Amino acid sequence: MTRISLVVALACAAALSAQTASAQTLKTVTDRGMLSCGVSQGLPGFSSPDDKGNWTGLDVDVCRALAAAIFNDPTKVKFVPLSAKDRFTALQSGEIDVLSRNTTWTLSRDTSLGANFTGVTYYDGQGFLVKKSLKVNSALELNSASVCVQTGTSNEQNLADYFKGNNMKYEVIAFGTADETIKAYESGRCDVFTSDVSQLYAMRLKLANPADHGVLPEVISKEPLGPMVRHGDDQWFDIVKWVLFAMVGAEEQGVTQRNVDDMAKSDKPELKRMFGSDGNLGEQLGLTKDWVIRIIKAVGNYGESFDRNVGPSSKLGIARGLNQLWNKGGIQYAPPIR
Amino acid sequence: MSTVPRTPPSQWPLRLRRALGGRAGWRGLAFQLAFVAVLLWLGYEIVANARANLQAQRIASGFGFLNNTAGFDVSQSLIAYSGNDTYFRVFLVGLVNTLVVSAIGIFFATVIGFVVALGRLSPNWLLSRIAGGYVELVRNLPLLFQMLFWYLAVLSALPNPRQSISVFGWLFLSNRGLVIPRPVALGGFVAVSCAFLIAILGSLALRIYARRRLFRTGQALTIWPSIVAMLVGLPAAAILVFGLPFTLEIPELRGFNFAGGARLIPEFVALTLALATYTGAFIAENVRAGIQSVHRGQMEAGTSLGLSRGQVLRLIVIPQAMRVILPPLTNQYLNLTKNSALAVAIGYPDLFSVFAGTTLSQTGQAIEIIAMTMGVYLLISLVTSALMSFYGWRLGRSLGA
Repeated sequence: MTRISLVVALACAAALSAQTASAQTLKTVTDRGMLSCGVSQGLPGFSSPDDKGNWTGLDVDVCRALAAAIFNDPTKVKFVPLSAKDRFTALQSGEIDVLSRNTTWTLSRDTSLGANFTGVTYYDGQGFLVKKSLKVNSALELNSASVCVQTGTSNEQNLADYFKGNNMKYEVIAFGTADETIKAYESGRCDVFTSDVSQLYAMRLKLANPADHGVLPEVISKEPLGPMVRHGDDQWFDIVKWVLFAMVGAEEQGVTQRNVDDMAKSDKPELKRMFGSDGNLGEQLGLTKDWVIRIIKAVGNYGESFDRNVGPSSKLGIARGLNQLWNKGGIQYAPPIR
Repeated sequence: MSTVPRTPPSQWPLRLRRALGGRAGWRGLAFQLAFVAVLLWLGYEIVANARANLQAQRIASGFGFLNNTAGFDVSQSLIAYSGNDTYFRVFLVGLVNTLVVSAIGIFFATVIGFVVALGRLSPNWLLSRIAGGYVELVRNLPLLFQMLFWYLAVLSALPNPRQSISVFGWLFLSNRGLVIPRPVALGGFVAVSCAFLIAILGSLALRIYARRRLFRTGQALTIWPSIVAMLVGLPAAAILVFGLPFTLEIPELRGFNFAGGARLIPEFVALTLALATYTGAFIAENVRAGIQSVHRGQMEAGTSLGLSRGQVLRLIVIPQAMRVILPPLTNQYLNLTKNSALAVAIGYPDLFSVFAGTTLSQTGQAIEIIAMTMGVYLLISLVTSALMSFYGWRLGRSLGA
């Protein structure tokens, strides 16, 4: 009943406090000595705990980078696993400082939840996973199928739109968590499991015989996934936004975890600004001058994090695709650090 | 000189003062009014402050969202629903689903409870041990675990729709649920239903007559042959005159699933099964306690009158036991209703799943939605206990207690 306690916390915070502390997140985090980061309940590649309880993944790296920038210690993060349904309430009630949980950026979420998206960590889209034995080659052949989906996601609405738009009938069965959903799919309750494509690849690994299942070619929606912070704290919003941009910018400049110390000695003006040997960009954010060095040492640049967690050198083996840098055929782009 | 009897001073202001202010009189009343005023003010402040804060944080508030289009589908809805309907409609769909699963669950739990309790008290050694074993096994395992067991274990044992188990080509059992032919009304539907209704009313009247006669003259009438004749004969006659009441729409496999027919989804079956067996185990213990609370002499007296064990239980023991059974039985009914909120784990679209789940995360209006959901569960529970209290009151009256 985490949801009830979260709602009670939110109701109390809203009802009792004369003025909700809004512009204080950085101070709260520093005083606490720990960043509280909302993640998924276990989605390989994005946020999942290993057998020793260490969290890894692309979404996790954002929080580790934040902790590195603030404390110079990427381990000072408390990861709070949240279901799709509970995530926004946890952010609103102050339970977490940042939500980094494969969350799709939509207008209504940006406006009505009292929260802001800070950027896009992964450009995704919704797809379908089916058993290869069904011999289905296209999502348009799914008329009258039963579809398993996780409740509380943008996938539910996209699914309704897609089947209605193509004049197809379907039956939807919605489950509380991703694990329950994939279990029902595996037991044969559904013909199709739908989710963001990256998640389909990740969840496929949890099936008994991953090779028996295939992802259909159609991508039926745009799902830009990104971190979220509470509305009304511009400084914190800027920090979370620029930590991600720093990772992307570092990749653009060719700065990696391995060469960051050498690059820090470089005379190139962009690098000097980025690494704080020229100007005080980090301090303007409320961080230290060497914030980018701290981030890259802790988690590497965006490309390194991508490769390690979801890319070719990971179990998921997802191609960079749209998430390649803008000058290499993708759409990942960071505004200049200057 | 005539004496005028002194009229006592009017009592009602004193009584009023006493009723409203208690021992402290009007001063007490004033304190109470002040206290209520403070409470109301506090409540108002809390609501107003919450609204202001939510607005300041740009979190949507208010109940306007209920009129927005939901845009998602639901697997089982007994009232017409599509993705184009509003969130309020979603609320109703979820509510109906919760009520249906609770009502059917309560019915089966009661049946299971009584049967198991009687089995446990039976002189038959094997039967009583089996019943005892059932109670101890089922009530000591977590409910969520039992739900997942019924859902996943039973589901994975069933074949896919293309290889479904078919009974005469009419019923199809697969991992998509049980598909049955659906009756579609024809011309004779109204006439046959009326005939059936008349037959039921006639049977009830006959039963009342037979009972009265039994109490008046001591003669028992055998009424079941006439009742059967009425229940079968009248509708049959109506069919001969007006034609068939309905035709059956036979389901057929089309694409991935069956088209046509009516369907019992596995989520519903698993949830009802889990709730009924789990709560049934608790009810069995309540019933056993109730029956054992009736003095043994009652049973012996009944037996010495020449009644069978079944008759003694039905006519003498259970009516007296009901007084003890009823309050904890009400508790179990309430528990069952509230436990049905675990449905989301197995994908059954109950109120908690579609409204406090999907709707909440789509609109983000946690406070309003949780408040509404809590209010509804509270209302369902209060209505259930009111009905049970009414039944208890009638029972007490009929026992003369």
